[in-house]
Amino acid sequence: MLGIVRQRIARQGINASGMRIQSLVCASRDYSSAAKEMTVRDALNSALDEEMSADPKVFLMGEEVGEYQGAYKISKGLLDKYGPERVRDTPITEAGFTGIGVGAAYYGLKPVIEFMTFNFSMQAIDHIINSAAKSNYMSAGQISVPIVFRGPNGAAAGVGAQHSQCYAAWYSSCPGLKVLAPYSSEDARGLLKAAIRDPDPVIFLENELLYGESFPVSAEVFDSSFCLPIGKAKIEREGKDVTITAFSKMVGYSLKAAEILAKEGISAEVINLRSIRPLDRAAINASVRKTNRLVTVEEGFPQHGVGAEICASVVEDSFEYLDAPVERIAGADVPMPYAANLERMAVPQIEDIVRAAKRACYRSVPMAATA
Amino acid sequence: MASLGAVINHHSCWVPHFTDHHPQSPSNPIHHFLRNPDAISSSNNTTPFASNRFNYTEAGRRLDSIGDTTDDTGVLNFPGGKVKFTPEMEFVSPSSTERIRCYRVLDDNGQPITNHNFVQISEEVAVKMYSDMATLQVMDTIFYEAQRQGRISFYLTTIGEEAINIASAAALHFDDLIFPQYREPGVLLWRGFTLQEFANQCFGNEADYGKGRQMPIHYGSNKHNYITVSSTIATQLPHAVGAAYALKMDGRDACTVTYFGDGGTSEGDFHAALNFAAVMEAPVIFICRNNGWAISTPVSDQFRSDGIAVRGQAYGVHSIRVDGNDALAMFSAVEAARRIAINEQKPILIEALTYRAGHHSTSDDSTKYRPAEEIEWWRIEQDPVSRFRKWIEANGWWSDEAEYKHRTTIRKQLLDAIQVAEKSKKPPIAEMFADVYDVPPSNLFEQERSLRETIQRHPQDFPPDFPF
Ligand SMILES: Cc1ncc(C[n+]2csc(CCOP(=O)(O)OP(=O)(O)O)c2C)c(N)n1
Ligand SMILES: [Mg+2]
Repeated sequence: MLGIVRQRIARQGINASGMRIQSLVCASRDYSSAAKEMTVRDALNSALDEEMSADPKVFLMGEEVGEYQGAYKISKGLLDKYGPERVRDTPITEAGFTGIGVGAAYYGLKPVIEFMTFNFSMQAIDHIINSAAKSNYMSAGQISVPIVFRGPNGAAAGVGAQHSQCYAAWYSSCPGLKVLAPYSSEDARGLLKAAIRDPDPVIFLENELLYGESFPVSAEVFDSSFCLPIGKAKIEREGKDVTITAFSKMVGYSLKAAEILAKEGISAEVINLRSIRPLDRAAINASVRKTNRLVTVEEGFPQHGVGAEICASVVEDSFEYLDAPVERIAGADVPMPYAANLERMAVPQIEDIVRAAKRACYRSVPMAATA
Repeated sequence: MASLGAVINHHSCWVPHFTDHHPQSPSNPIHHFLRNPDAISSSNNTTPFASNRFNYTEAGRRLDSIGDTTDDTGVLNFPGGKVKFTPEMEFVSPSSTERIRCYRVLDDNGQPITNHNFVQISEEVAVKMYSDMATLQVMDTIFYEAQRQGRISFYLTTIGEEAINIASAAALHFDDLIFPQYREPGVLLWRGFTLQEFANQCFGNEADYGKGRQMPIHYGSNKHNYITVSSTIATQLPHAVGAAYALKMDGRDACTVTYFGDGGTSEGDFHAALNFAAVMEAPVIFICRNNGWAISTPVSDQFRSDGIAVRGQAYGVHSIRVDGNDALAMFSAVEAARRIAINEQKPILIEALTYRAGHHSTSDDSTKYRPAEEIEWWRIEQDPVSRFRKWIEANGWWSDEAEYKHRTTIRKQLLDAIQVAEKSKKPPIAEMFADVYDVPPSNLFEQERSLRETIQRHPQDFPPDFPF
C-alpha cells in the first residue's frame, strides 16, 4: 500500500539517554475468560451512565448529545435518566462548549465533552492546548482540569479529508494531556471510566467503525467498579517472532494479520497501546527484546506520528536487541481522498501488516525490492 | 452561461427597506465617486491602497451622528463616537416589542400581496427560475434514492429551500463569487452546472472536478465561480469576507455571496465574518437560510435572539428578513442587496426564513425529533415551488403540460447521468498524490512509486479493477 513508510534505523545510532528499562511490566490483566458479548457503543454508554450515577459532578455536553442521543448514539438514554442539566445539548460552537467545559472543570465539575468528530475539535483546539493542558502547571497546581474530550477520531468510510484525520499524534505531543485510544469493549469501558475519574484532562479517541462491533467481555468488565490503568498497554496476542504495535481499529487489523502470519509459521505479538500518552514504553521495549522485531501500525500520517515515537523509543532503549529494521505502517501522506478506491489505498490494510511483518522476519523478497 | 439576472434590472423606483437605524440611509451616495476615476487623485487618500474603494468615508461618522450637539454637557465624547447621557438607569431589553418583520410579496397561494414591492422579472427569467426549482426537486428525489440503494455513500437534499437557492442565484451575476454551506446546489444549477456534472461529483469518478477527493454534495467549480463546499460549518463565512476584500482591492463590479444555516451562526466564524465585513466595508452578501433546525437542534436551543437579522444590526451591517419560500421576495431582496454591496461597498445580511422540509441528510431521520405534522405542513402548505408555480401560471407562463414535460425530461436525463457516472472509471492512482502541493515534493513521488511497485508485486492484495 501506500501507507507504508519504511523506516530503516541507522545501525551506528547510539542510545542518547543511555536508559535501560528495568522493570518489564506486563500491562494488562487478562480478562479473556469471557462469556458475554458487548458492543463498543454499549461499553461507552454504560461507562458514562455509571460514572454519572456515581458522581453528580460528571456531566455530558456537546452537539446533539441529548435529544438526539449523540450523533452515534453513545449517549442513548442519558437525557431521560439525568435530565437536560447534565446532558447538555449545545449550539454549534465547538470553541464555545470546549471553553465552557474547561471553565466548569476549573470550578469543580467533571465535564465530558463530546465532539461529533475530533476533526471538529480543531475549532476548539486553543482551549484544549492552551487552557486545559496547561492550567494545572501554570497555576502551580491550584487549578486542576478534570475534563474528558471524547468522540470519534480518524478515518471512517467515505467521508473525505475533513472528517477522516487521526489526531492521536497531535494531542499526544502536548504535555498536560493524557491521550487514550480504546479498541475493544473492555478497553472502551475501562478506559472511559478511568478518564472520567482522572484529575487531568484526557483526550479519548474513539473510532466510528468500531462502535457497532461486539467483543466478548468477562463478568469483571461488567462490574461498575471496573477501571483500566491509564498508561498501560495490553498484549492482545502473545508471540515470539515479531512485535506489532497498534491502537484503536488497527489493533483488530493487526490481530487478523497475526492469524495469517501464524499460518505461515510466524508468531506475532500484538500490543494494543490503549494509552498513547503516557506511552507504555516499558511494555513495548520488553516485547521487542523478546521478538527482536517491530512493526508499528497507525492510520494517521507518518511524519511525527505515533509510530515515529515508538521507533525512537525502541532505538533509544533496545537498539541492540533489534534484528531487523523497524517497519512503520501509517496512512498515506496525503489528505484523505473520498473515492473508495483511493481511500482504500490511503489507509493501512491487513495485507500491508502481513507483508511488513514478513519483511521484518526476512521471509519475503530481499530488502532491495521495497514493499 | 451568463446570469439572466443581468438583463432584468428594469425596476427603477423601489428602495429596499433594509433594517438601518443609522441616519445615513442606504441611499448615501458613496457610489458616486466609486466610478469616478478622478476620485483617486482628488481624495486625500491616506489608506494603504491607492483605490478610492478604500475611503472609509462612513466609518466613525455613523456613531457620531446623534443629532446636533451644541450642548456638549449632555454628551460623552467617546473615541468610538459621541454618546448621549441619561439619568435613567435602563437596561437595554434583550428583545424588541415587535420582532423584525419578514418581507414577502406572494401570499401562500402565489398571489401578489396588495401594495407589493418587488422587482419585475421577465417571463424568460421566471420560467427558468421555476424550471430550475423543479429540476432541483427531481434531482433530490433521484440522488436520495441512489444513496438508499447504496450507490453513493451520502446525500443531502435541498427540499423546502428551492426558492432561496434559485431566486438568489437568479438575482446575482455570474461573476459574483459563491461561498456555499452545502444546501445550495441550486446556485450551481442556475449557473449551468449540468446534471452529469452533479452526478460525477456524487459518484466521485474520474470526470469529477474534485477528482474524487470530496464527499458527495461537496460540489465546487472554478468556472462557475463556486468555491468547493467545506464540511466544517461556517468556515466559508470569513473566507467570503476575505475574497470580498480582494474584489474591493481590485475594484471589481462583483461581490461575494456566502450561504449558511441558522446553526452556522453559532460558530465564532459567523461573528468574526460579520464584524470584519462591517469594519472592512467588504462587498459581501451573507445569506442565512434560517430553516428552523440544525440536525436535531431547534433554533430555540441555538440562540435566543430574534433570529439572525438583529445580529447584523448589532454589527453595523444592513440586514433584512425575507420569506425564503417566496421566490419573488427573495429575488428582489438579493437584487437590492447586490446593488448596495457593490455600489456602496458594504456588507449585507439577509435572513431567509424557511424550513428544512427534508431530513438533515441520508444519515438522519427527522421524524425522531420533530412532529410529522410540522414537516407535512411545511412540505405541502408552504412549498416554495408550487407557490411560485401558481404565480407563473397566473401570468400564463406555465402549464400542466409544460410541467409534465419538464419533469419527465429531467428525470430521464438524471437517470442517464447517474448510469454514466456510475460506469465511469474511478480516479487513477496518480490523483491520490497530485495537488497535495502545487509541485509534488520528492517524498510523494517516492510514495507513488512504492505503491505502484507494491501493487505489481502483490496484485492479489488489491482490487482487480483498479485504474493503474
Ligand atoms: C465545525 C463543525 N461542527 C459540527 C459539524 C456537524 N454538522 C454538520 S451539519 C450541522 C448542522 C448545521 O445546521 P445549519 O447550519 O442550520 O444548516 P442546515 O443543515 O439546517 O442547512 C452540524 C452540526 C460540522 N460539519 N462542522
Ligand atoms: Mg438549519
